[in-house]
Amino acid sequence: MEKTIAQIEKEALKELEAAPDSESIKAISARYLGRKGAVTRYLRNISTLSLELRPEAGEKANKTKKTLDALFKKALNKLESAHIETDDRIDVSLPGRAVRQGSLHPITQITQQICDIFIRLGFDVAEGPEVETDYYNFEALNIPKNHPARDMQDTFYISNNIVLRTHTSPTQPRIMEKQKPPVRIIAPGKVYRCDSDLTHTPMFHQVEGLLVDKNVSFGDLKGVLTTFVHQMFDKETGLRFRPSFFPFTEPSAEVDIRCVICKGDGCRVCSKTGWLEVLGAGMVHPAVFENVGYDTTRYTGFAFGMGVERIAMLKYGIDDIRKYFENDLRFLRQF
Amino acid sequence: MKVSLSWLKEYISIDINVNDLADALTMVGLEVEAVSDRYDYLNSVVIGRIANIDPHPNVDKLKLCSVDIGDKIIPVVCGAPNARKDMLAPCALPGTCFPKGSVLEKDVVRGEASEGMLCSEFELGLGNNSHGIMELNRDLWIGAPLNKALELSDPVLEIDLTPNRPDCLSIIGMAREIAGLQKKKVTYPEIRLPESFDDVSKYTSISIIDPHLCPRYAASLVFDITVGPSPFWLQDRLISVGLKPINNIVDITNFVMMETGQPLHAFDFDRLAENRIVVRAARQDETFITLDGKERRLDQEMLMICDGEKPIALAGVMGGLNSEIENSTTRMLLESAYFDPICIRKTSKKTGLSTDASHRFERGVDPNGTVAALNRATQLIAQISGGNIVKGIIDEYPNPVPDKTINLSVKALNRRLGIRLDANDIENYLKSIEFEIAKINDEKLQVFPPSFRVDISRFEDLAEEIARLFGYNNIETTFPLIPVEVRHPSKKIESRNHIKRLMTGLGFNEAINYSFISKLSCDRLELDPYDPKRQMVDILNPLSEDQSVMRTSLIPGLLETMKYNMSVQNRNLKLFEIGNVFFNTGQEDSQPDEVEMLSGLWTGARVNAVWFSKEVNCDFYDLKGVVEELLRNLGIMNATFTNMPPASCFYTKPGFTAQVFIEDKSIGLVGELHPKVLSNYDLKQTAFIFEFNFDMLIENIPDTKIASPIPKFPATSRDVTLIVDKDIEAYNTLQSIKDLNEVLVEDLQLFDVFKGYPIPAGRKSISLRIIYRSSGETLDVNRVNRIHKSITERLLKKFDATLPAE
Repeated sequence: MEKTIAQIEKEALKELEAAPDSESIKAISARYLGRKGAVTRYLRNISTLSLELRPEAGEKANKTKKTLDALFKKALNKLESAHIETDDRIDVSLPGRAVRQGSLHPITQITQQICDIFIRLGFDVAEGPEVETDYYNFEALNIPKNHPARDMQDTFYISNNIVLRTHTSPTQPRIMEKQKPPVRIIAPGKVYRCDSDLTHTPMFHQVEGLLVDKNVSFGDLKGVLTTFVHQMFDKETGLRFRPSFFPFTEPSAEVDIRCVICKGDGCRVCSKTGWLEVLGAGMVHPAVFENVGYDTTRYTGFAFGMGVERIAMLKYGIDDIRKYFENDLRFLRQF
Repeated sequence: MKVSLSWLKEYISIDINVNDLADALTMVGLEVEAVSDRYDYLNSVVIGRIANIDPHPNVDKLKLCSVDIGDKIIPVVCGAPNARKDMLAPCALPGTCFPKGSVLEKDVVRGEASEGMLCSEFELGLGNNSHGIMELNRDLWIGAPLNKALELSDPVLEIDLTPNRPDCLSIIGMAREIAGLQKKKVTYPEIRLPESFDDVSKYTSISIIDPHLCPRYAASLVFDITVGPSPFWLQDRLISVGLKPINNIVDITNFVMMETGQPLHAFDFDRLAENRIVVRAARQDETFITLDGKERRLDQEMLMICDGEKPIALAGVMGGLNSEIENSTTRMLLESAYFDPICIRKTSKKTGLSTDASHRFERGVDPNGTVAALNRATQLIAQISGGNIVKGIIDEYPNPVPDKTINLSVKALNRRLGIRLDANDIENYLKSIEFEIAKINDEKLQVFPPSFRVDISRFEDLAEEIARLFGYNNIETTFPLIPVEVRHPSKKIESRNHIKRLMTGLGFNEAINYSFISKLSCDRLELDPYDPKRQMVDILNPLSEDQSVMRTSLIPGLLETMKYNMSVQNRNLKLFEIGNVFFNTGQEDSQPDEVEMLSGLWTGARVNAVWFSKEVNCDFYDLKGVVEELLRNLGIMNATFTNMPPASCFYTKPGFTAQVFIEDKSIGLVGELHPKVLSNYDLKQTAFIFEFNFDMLIENIPDTKIASPIPKFPATSRDVTLIVDKDIEAYNTLQSIKDLNEVLVEDLQLFDVFKGYPIPAGRKSISLRIIYRSSGETLDVNRVNRIHKSITERLLKKFDATLPAE
């Protein structure tokens, strides 16, 4: 054989490099890889070699064939797409044509998050009227007329017996009047108190919860609310239960969580205490059960309530409660 | 309530530091809101040395002192006769807030600068001596703050008491709780009445006419008293808990009230007609002048303390001007009573008078503490005012408050709390807070709560006591055994969440406005006098005129929100709100109708000015498109839009408003705001709104969706342009084609509407594209042409239409 396969490959590459257009590349390709091309001929002549040389020579020649074939194709492609790859270009830094999503109010989002956690725990969602009777807002909840506990909530009155509900708790007796135990509900909604300053708006949102069954204990209340806090904030959030007073629960508790801002070191948000009050809770007072005709010897239960604005403030770092109801677009868009 | 640690220590030894005490109290339900030191104001009063004294050039009595306060020497003008060179005295620096309330500033006294003030004991609230500045020990560190130098420290706990714990509205009450915490005993003040003479019943009597309002009334007499200022220790105690000293008699009644929780009242015995006390309900419209000089109008639910002729005090709330202790008083009658809490509560609410006494009486004082408190105060008055006690007391107790006995089951208690205590544990806990126990067996206890615990009346109350003493945080966390039971979520709540998501997808931001609005909103909306939206619900005690009625529409709130946003340069708004509106039913004392509404507002640009477009303002069809897409997503396909009759809606622009119907029920509207309404709200740009009755809307959401098959054969379309009267609504032409029920007509598109040349005046052209398709074959051209021709002819006839000239 007059030329080695390496020489053939070298020559082919040299010619390819010098090829000015796709026609000449095609011609080169035919000269080497065509039926009578140099590589083809070389391959054909391998059979003339001695037996022990044949495998190696065949392998080398096939490799060259593949390499050249790929290179010719690539060169052709490049020439063919040359008219697309021009200097013409768009300014990709220009803003895209806006398709703007709106946003859910932060109170809606937090309310839904709270509800979702309890729904996963098997609770149903219920709602009640915002303008309530004195009976459901107070008396059914063991807050008689002329009781100092009424001072705990500044009430808007519509008439002697009609009020803007001061809490979502009236949903408790309303549900229990209609449903026999077991009961497992949460009730979100608007509530009203005549109080307005940096930390109070006359309207705000609460989520109420109620669970009634046989053998429900204070330990169960702790379990459910601990789970809630860990879902709502994070699993590392510390919490504590401390005694408090609500006329419709006994024992009553306030639930504090470790300050989410300072992690307990003490800051402005937690008034240097390291704790934030987020929930009121307790075992349902037997007087409430008596009012709805539940057998207090058979059933026990717990109830809890929380302020949505407060939780949203902690989750989103909002520092002024009035922002919620100004509905400034620049505020709403952030959520 | 404020409690100073030094006062507490009179009754209980405290061996933990004040912060731990505050935490411990919080964890048993007495929330400590703040701990401060009442001598903190002395931080800016330093030990000063008078380095030099010169006479004041202008005033003889004054001296110019150079006072060395450690790091520098400051000029101080001083008038004290005892000021002398090298003397150490407290020097208050500017900013010092004195206990009497004034704040020291840098001053120029008669032409001479004074950068501090040398103080007397009295001025610093450290004693009664006001004759000259306070002379301090020579070994004190010059420049040191006075409280540090004299080791003055008295932490004050501020406690946020819940209304069920009136027993803690006293220092002893707090001491009892601390005793329980520390497993110790309270040292009650020893009452030792001095030798006395005579017999109180010879001088006075008490008759209770209305015992249900006044179950108990006790009184003592002290003669030969001298009214004057209290000794320093007594004033200091009162100041430590935020009370103002007045005179020795009043101060003692306040001191004993703070100590025991029992309010007391002192009368000038010589001003009582017939020298006796009558307790009776007030008469309707009777008037009485209380201590504060105000005339009060009374009613039969209030209780009066009277003498033989006239009222002398509004029982449990405030005394009267006509019987108060004066400087000249020498004989006094001291009252200690138990009044009906509800009666005092009502009186306090009706008169708007809330006093330290009424605060305690309405929550409930200890009915068995009446006499002890009376004796304690009587003793102190004799001691301090130099009076002589008339022997004995009068104690009228016609309506004894019954003692309580509660049965406690150990099992029930453990079950309610989720703990495992035995009868002995429970007994120990309850005894530590002065409950008495009779153990029946290992499962049953009989519990006798102390009379001051007016909040304890049943088993569950005991459970709370045990729980708080055991420690809420020591109760094991468990989970309820919840039966698997799934109810369908409410369609209303699900749909509301769905609609909110759809609206945000359509680019709208959710707003939440107050449910109360201004009474003027109806006028601002230009509502007709008979409009049902005028049936508003008034709030009796609104915070402001702007929030005085419950809304009957979401539109005023959205417009206020728009106005607010315009004022902060947010001029392109897409807002929606879902919320209740409230209609007065006209029935007295009844709940209003609450109706849930969905409303939206679009104002400003559809497209902002950006690199590919000029700014384009939104219009009616933008908002209608949103509404149509919302309805389509909800699966509501049968809504129709027709022109709103002008008399049906006053706040939108006539001719530019659509009423939305489903079948023949109007469920809402879409339209442009009336220019008058815009100007009523002082809005400078127009806005488009929509409103839906939320319940009617969701009623029409189908419960299920059925998929249609995807067509297999190609469609073919034909156009037709009709020239019709300008008032014909385009919708009608489409509907009449649908009404023909041609099976091959698959869809209709309205692609052009045109008025003007060459269309004759009073007419317009409507161009429609009709899409034909068969589900079984590829359509034959001739067949389509035939049907199309027939449809066209019928339309021409129906709408008195013509075809455009070729």
